[in-house]
Amino acid sequence: MFRVTRNAIDLQELVAFVTDPEAGAIVTFIGTTRNNNEGRKVIALDYEAYPEMAEKELKRLGEEAGKRWRIRRMAIVHRIGPVQITEPSVIIAVSAAHRADAFEACRFAIEEIKKSVPIWKKEVFEGGEVWIGTQSGQPLNR
Amino acid sequence: MKVKVKFFAILRERAGAAEAAKEIREGSTVGELWELLQRDYPQLAPVRMRLLYAVNQDYVNADYALKEGDEVVFVPPVSGG
Repeated sequence: MFRVTRNAIDLQELVAFVTDPEAGAIVTFIGTTRNNNEGRKVIALDYEAYPEMAEKELKRLGEEAGKRWRIRRMAIVHRIGPVQITEPSVIIAVSAAHRADAFEACRFAIEEIKKSVPIWKKEVFEGGEVWIGTQSGQPLNR
Repeated sequence: MKVKVKFFAILRERAGAAEAAKEIREGSTVGELWELLQRDYPQLAPVRMRLLYAVNQDYVNADYALKEGDEVVFVPPVSGG
């Protein structure tokens, strides 16, 4: 399950999806909206995605995780639109026969999301808003 | 030939548009399209950030030769999670 949604994410749905009789472990990661960032008082995060490509990239990284670790199933759901403080913006669930594979694959998934999946967050803070990730850097081709 | 451009996040705000149809000459590359768009949307020009390029939902290099009907997205630094 690799999905981008405007709705609140249901952890239980992801856990049910990765539940597998051959799994001895399920690891979940929940990314939540924090009330502060770099000294700013954060009010909410507003996420935008290129949805068709984001889902394709999530699936691709899930397949990559499946090549690197012995996992059974993986689910990633990323929310878009406004996400309030404490609410989940992304949930990852991974099942594996053994916990090490599940932990590693889950960690890999969240790190890759932050690198390559076309989703952007705008931080809405007291006194302004900013697209995270665009403050610095050079134009460069991949 | 005609291609479809979609803008997201900071580029959508700078361009003041989410989509654009652009007529370009045969064989134009993604990099050349970006140059042309900066003329159409001068607000895009001061964007000093690392852009990636996507055609039909796959990442490509700047020298990728476009084809009629391609969907092109200039991907500003992603920040999901």
